[in-house]
Parts: sequence; structure tokens; C-alpha cells
Amino acid sequence: MAAVAGVLHARVDARRYETNAATREAPWVRRLILGAALSFFVLFLLMPLLAVFAEALRKGWFTYVTALTDPDALSAIYLTLLVAAIAVPLNLVFGVVAAWTIAKFEFRGKRFLTTLIDLPFSVSPVIAGLIFVLLFGAQGWFGDWLFEHDIKIIFAVPGLVLATVFVTFPFVARELIPLMEAQGREEEEAAVVLGANGWQIFWRVTLPNIKWGLLYGVILCNARAMGEFGAVSVVSGHIRGQTNTLPLHVEILYNEYNFAAAFAVASLLALLAMVTLGLKSVIEWKANQGVTATD
Amino acid sequence: MSIQVEHIHKTFGQFVALDQVSVNFPDGALTALLGPSGCGKTTLLRVIAGLETADSGRVILDGEDASSTHVRQRQVGFVFQHYALFRHLTVFENVAFGLRVRPRRTRPKEAEIRLRVHRLLDLVQLDPLANRFPTQLSGGQRQRVALARALAVEPKVLLLDEPFGALDAQVRKELRRWLRRLHDELHITSLFVTHDQEEALEVADRVVLMHRGRVEQVGTPTEVYEHPASPFVYGFLGAVNTFHGRIDGTHLRVGEATLPHDGDAIHQGADAVGFTRPHELEIVTDLATPHGIEVILDRILTFGASARVELDSLPDADGRGEPTHYEVILPREKVDALGLVEGQRVRLVPSRIHVFPNQTA
Amino acid sequence: MTFATFFNPTRQTRVLPGFNLALGYTLVYLSLMVLIPLSAVFIKSATLSWSEFWAVVSAPRVVATYQLSFGASLLAAAINAVFGLMLAWALVRYRFPGKKLIDALVDLPFALPTAVAGIALTALYAGNGWIGSLLEPLGIKVAFTPLGVLVALVFIGVPFVVRTVQPILEDLETELEEAAASLGAHRWQIFRRVLLPILLPALLTGFALAFARAVGEYGSVIFIAGNIPMISEITPLIIITKLEQYDYVGATAVAVVMLVFSFLMLLFINLLQAWSAKRTGRNR
Repeated sequence: MAAVAGVLHARVDARRYETNAATREAPWVRRLILGAALSFFVLFLLMPLLAVFAEALRKGWFTYVTALTDPDALSAIYLTLLVAAIAVPLNLVFGVVAAWTIAKFEFRGKRFLTTLIDLPFSVSPVIAGLIFVLLFGAQGWFGDWLFEHDIKIIFAVPGLVLATVFVTFPFVARELIPLMEAQGREEEEAAVVLGANGWQIFWRVTLPNIKWGLLYGVILCNARAMGEFGAVSVVSGHIRGQTNTLPLHVEILYNEYNFAAAFAVASLLALLAMVTLGLKSVIEWKANQGVTATD
Repeated sequence: MSIQVEHIHKTFGQFVALDQVSVNFPDGALTALLGPSGCGKTTLLRVIAGLETADSGRVILDGEDASSTHVRQRQVGFVFQHYALFRHLTVFENVAFGLRVRPRRTRPKEAEIRLRVHRLLDLVQLDPLANRFPTQLSGGQRQRVALARALAVEPKVLLLDEPFGALDAQVRKELRRWLRRLHDELHITSLFVTHDQEEALEVADRVVLMHRGRVEQVGTPTEVYEHPASPFVYGFLGAVNTFHGRIDGTHLRVGEATLPHDGDAIHQGADAVGFTRPHELEIVTDLATPHGIEVILDRILTFGASARVELDSLPDADGRGEPTHYEVILPREKVDALGLVEGQRVRLVPSRIHVFPNQTA
Repeated sequence: MTFATFFNPTRQTRVLPGFNLALGYTLVYLSLMVLIPLSAVFIKSATLSWSEFWAVVSAPRVVATYQLSFGASLLAAAINAVFGLMLAWALVRYRFPGKKLIDALVDLPFALPTAVAGIALTALYAGNGWIGSLLEPLGIKVAFTPLGVLVALVFIGVPFVVRTVQPILEDLETELEEAAASLGAHRWQIFRRVLLPILLPALLTGFALAFARAVGEYGSVIFIAGNIPMISEITPLIIITKLEQYDYVGATAVAVVMLVFSFLMLLFINLLQAWSAKRTGRNR
């Protein structure tokens, strides 16, 4: 599904359609399509986003700041950053290695492997949490062993990390595989002929060519890692100040009818989303600059 | 450095790309690997470079078996068909790449690298563009950067895959001459792959003709053009007229007509095909001439100093079958002197005809 | 057969380094993080006999969640197919103010945490919300009803159709439409007979992706759904409910049903994308 979220794509100028009699609709049709499309956009995308900020500031700035500086909120921020700081690098390394394997070599079962990597995208987040409870929970396969050795995974930070790694697993790989396949292996082959070794090929030839795609994948991966709700909700146990990430903190505040605080914390996550989309646009623009210069 | 390949065999799934290929490439020569697409020429080049591993057979570089030597150690310069320039590096850094990735002990000093890269860029006449990126260069310029980059590591062999394939006709011609001059200066053993016979004949010292994974003929451009070893080579190296007939003494009998051939050892009465180039046919207006084949003149095309005359065989007695087309090239004055007109019946007399046994029969 | 010879039956020596290491790492990490944990669901559910399994997954309250989850997801995906196509069309073919911003915000459902989306949609559609207060007098209640579930599922599905159709639309040669027009086709005929058949595989792919995502969605739905058993309860929530009652086996049984559905959808989507690639000559 990241195939949808990602794949850097150049935008074309719409003018060429509007000035061409064969590709132009009657004005009323155009108004109808545009009207319907924009209403849909406003109703389902713009208004929810605005609502977050409106609700967050409904009780004024003081309440807003208080909600964000609450010790529980601060610990949720810290935990969210910590989980992302572990999960994203893990999937970053995996994504690069998997993409290198799949894009630069021919081997049996390649398509199947690609499908397996995509698998976590089609699994409900709730199930993503459940599987780790089945493995490491009190009644799980390793439950007794973990209890004897006094190791806590479920209802503790390691569980949050595992669930997050699972749901963000394909992001980087999915972004890089089509990109690296499109680039082929000629440049790497040229580097080998010129005497470069494996590391030199990767650092000097491959990485510079995939840097925008990589950054793109990392940003999407990070957004999901910080915002994941369903999977971490199952493994977290909702212990305030200990196993609460930001999205879980939002839920707790909301369920306590502390709406202003819930939306204040939510607005922080909405800001993260907007920064993500902003960076994404910048990267698309940067990457396309490289593409158009080639022609 | 000389290159020998011995009994190289390479398959891709069911497809046989190279079928027991053995060739010698002498030291210092510029050799063309020529053939239609899919004939295995690029595969052979990549096997020599070490980019592809043969299923069986040996690659011998400078008298030593290099079959299991990694491409990094083979000391070959490879110029890729689409150049494979590193897009994120400048022209200068592209050329310097091979020197910079050397282990610290053999890596030249920075000043030495600068000197060598600039000398190479001078050689390919691109020094002023040293700080450009590949995307800012024309096709011909990129090709020259690719060549300079390959030369920077002081390879013992230079391998070029369709070096002019992606360029337009004008630049192509220019670069061909330039490559020839460069080779004469450097005398490095060079192989280039091409599907363009004119390019191979014009640039190379030696031509290796390949067809369906096999070597058809090896020789100098004159040898292969004048004495093609097989019908395929005849057809591939230029326009050709064919005559299907039977060997009758020193003649090839085509229907009622007899054509004198250059007498290779094909036994009496065998089915044979005669090959002759458009400039090796004469048009005779006297239909009583004893030899030659009677044809109808279809079209005369005159441009420049020579004229091309297109002719058709006479219809069969029962009027069936497609007529055979012939093509003759002769000086324009000759056309005027003979007073040829379209629709006229004439005789075609080959000045030289080479026969091969008819393999389709 | 060793590891290397299985994956590399031709035993070609590879020019680029690192194949065995990279493939090995990929397989180990994939197995540890995804395949082994997922297999736990199937192994756990195998402790149930078939009739016990059937009793769990066909309980009336569970069946009611299937009806809501699958029904609302299908409807949401269909709504997204129609409006997503129009949005993609507008983004590619029309010029209008704010286009760049709208193009960027289409991905909002990917970037906005689902819990945030959930509470925001609830605030909007509740009786006192910006939209809810307009609908209430008309007798339409959205929040805490199945309609609310639908709204949340439409929200999270928006990018799928837009982002699958948009690139195909951009790659379309205008010559096609020019040719059709020169042959006398009306605009509608051009769309119906020339453009739609080309866009159809991508449109279906987007639809299927949105549908698959919606069925598994949790965070954005539970706030607005009200979660009333038999009425507005979704299947992922049933799993959570069973887990909270320490009914691990029951939760796992329902998870198996959802996983099997997900795998079928994944297969279907792969086939659709292969078809799409063939139809448009694009490689994914």
C-alpha cells in the first residue's frame, strides 16, 4: 500500500489539457467535477484537520499549554520519540538491505519475497498487536519463560517497539525497491569495473542515487511510527506515565471527557502530520528536479 | 594485452547466447564485434570483462587464465552502452572515481589525481566542462566522459558496448573518426560491439562477425567484405543480389541463363546460391549475349555521381510467383551511355559471383 | 540444497557483492518480525476444534460486526472510487487556486494518526459539531451510529484511489483523446470508451486497497462509532473486547477470519496491479 503513499512522481502542467479542445470539458461539466471534488476535499480532509486545532484552542492558550506540559503528556512525548527512534532505524536498515537484494540481483522467489514484505500493510493494526500478545503475553508462548527471567515485553516498552516495527515494516523497502529497480545496475557495474569494493559502491554510487527516495520512506515510516494507535493500544496496557504514547494519551484524555487536553495533544500530532506532508512535498520537488534535469 | 576466449558457452534459460565461441584478439588491435541484435556479441564482451560468467570455457588475458578473476582485478576498461555515468558526480569526479576507490596504499596523491584527470579530460577535449554534471552534457560528450573514466584506471584492455549506439548520425560519424585516432595514439587492445557494418568496417583493424551465438568469420575489414565466409556474412555486410540455381561446370545455371562463377569447390549439379554486390553486376542491352540473366528494368534512381537501377526477373512461364528483385549500382554516365529506359529488357552479367551450397534445399 | 544454490539455481557468480549476506539478513529479519509472529495466530487458533472455532466466529454479535465492517468498508471504498476519481481528475487536468496545497493534503489520512482523525471526526459530526449541528435538524445522526463508521472509513480511504489513478491520468497521451475526437466522439463517449477502460484497473486497485484498509481500521472508527453491540461495533473492536476479557482463543479465532480475508485481498490486489501494469504498459 505504500506503493500508493509513495513513489515519487512528477506533476504535469494542467494548462495543456485546458487549452486542448479534445481534452477539455464543457464549462458546466468542469464546474461540476471541480465542485464535487473540492466539496469532498473540504468535508473529509480539510475540516477534520481544522477541527483539531479549533477544539484544541477552544478553552484558550492557557489550557492548551497546561495540557502539553502535564508530566503525563511529557512522558508520552518522550516515549513516542523513543519508540520511533528505535523502530525507524531498524526498518531503515532492513529497507535498504531488502531493496538492494531485490533490485540488484536476480533470484528465485523474488516476487514472492516482495509480497511478503508488503504483508504488514494488509494486516489490521489490532492483529499486529495481538500477535505479540500471543507470543510474549502472560499466557503466550514465551510468557512463562519471560516471567521467570523477570523480563517484561507486553505492557512495556519492548512490546510497543515490536508492534511499531511490525506496522511500519514495509515503508522504507517499498519506497526503495521500485526506485532502485528503475535505476538498474549499470552504474554499480561501472563502479566494480573501476575497482570499487562493496562498501564503496554502496556509499559512493547507490546511496547518492537513492537519497531522496530513502528520506521519503523514512519520513512516512516515522509518521506512522509516532502516530500508530491500534497496534500499540493492544500491547501497551495504558499505564499512565509509563507505557502511554501520544496517541494513547489522546485516547485516555478523550475518554475522561477532558476534550480540550485531548485535542491539545492531538494538535501536536496533527502538526507532525503537516510537517510530514510538507517535507514530502519538498522531497518530491527536489527529486523531480533531478529527474527533469536528466531529459 | 592479448585476449583469447576458448569454447565459451553461455545460456540464459533456454536461449543459447554463446555457443562454444573461440576467438583470439591480438595485442594492440582495435577489433569490432559485429552482428545483428541477439547474436551474442554484447554477452561475449561482458564475459571478457567479467561482468557475466560463462557456463563453460576460458577467458585468457595476456596468456593467463582469467576465467575466475573478479572483474575488479581484470584491469579492463568498460564503456557502457548508456554510459552509466554517476549522475551525482561531476565530470571530473566521474573520471577520478576509479582512482579514488583504490586502497590507500596504491591510491595516487590528490595532486596526482588532479593531474591525471585533467590530462584525460584534455585528451577527450572536455577539460572546460570538468565541473558540469552528466545531465548537463550532450550525448557525444557523455560518451567521451565514459571513455575518459574507463581510461583513468590505465586498463590493459578497453571494451566498448555499442559505443555510438545512442547518438545521432552526425555525432556518430565524428566520434568514430575520433575513436580511431585515439586508438592510434594509445595502442591499447580494444574491442567494441556494434550492429552497424559500416561502423565496423570503417573503424576496426579486425572484424569478428557473430550470428546466433557463433563466430561466422574473423578478418580484416577488406577480407570480410571481399571474401565473406558464409551467406550470412555476405548479406550482413552490404546490399547483395542472390541467384538461386544449380552448379554446371564453371557456371551457375539459373533457369535458362548461365552465370560464370568464381569456382569454389562445390560439386557438379549441386543446388547453390550465387551472391553478388550491386556494383559487381553489369547491365548489357544486347539480349543476344551468351551469358547473364534476362530481366526487366523497373526503375532508375539517379542522385549524385552514381545511379541505382532496380530490375525484376521475368515472370515465370505460367505467370505465377513473385518476381526476384535485383539492384545494380553504376556510374551515372554509364546509364546515359547505355540509354536505359524503364520497362526495357536487358541482361544482367555479374563481373564476379560467389556461390555457396543452398542450405535451405 | 544449500541456501545459496536454492535462490541462485544458475550458480552464476555475481558481479555485485553482498547477495548472500543481504538475502540472509532480509529473510531472517522478515521471519523474526513478521512471519513467525503472524504464524502465532494460526497456531493458537489450532487449539480450537473446528466446531469451537465455528461457534466463536459465527456468534451473532461477531457476525453483526462482519456485516458492519465489510458493508461500511465496501460502501466507503465505492464513495472513494467516485470522488477520488473526480479529485484526481481535477488535480491533473484543471488549474485552480490552492491546487498544490490540496494535492499535498490528499495524503493527510496517511500522515495523521488515526486516533487524532477519530476524535476530530467525532467532534465535527457530533450533535453540537460544525457539521453534526447542520444535519441534526434534518433528522440525520452521524456520530455514534453506523453512519459515523462510514464517515471515518471514507476519510482513511481518500488517498488510495487518488494516488493510484493520478499517475495513470498524468501519463495518458493527449493524442488518444485527440484521435477519438477527430473520429467524431463526444466528450462523454471519449471518457466512457477510451479513458475509463484505461483507468479501470487503477481505479479498481485503488478501490480494493481502500476496502482492505477500511476493514482492518481501528483508531479512526472507535471514537465516532459509539461501539454499541449489534449496531455500531466493528470486527477489530471485537478482537480487542475479547482480549480485554482474557479470551485469547476467541480473539485469535476472529483474527484468523480477518487475516484470511487480508491475504485474499492481497492476492487480488497483486493480480489487479499486474493487470494494470499490462494494460497501461507501466511498471509499478
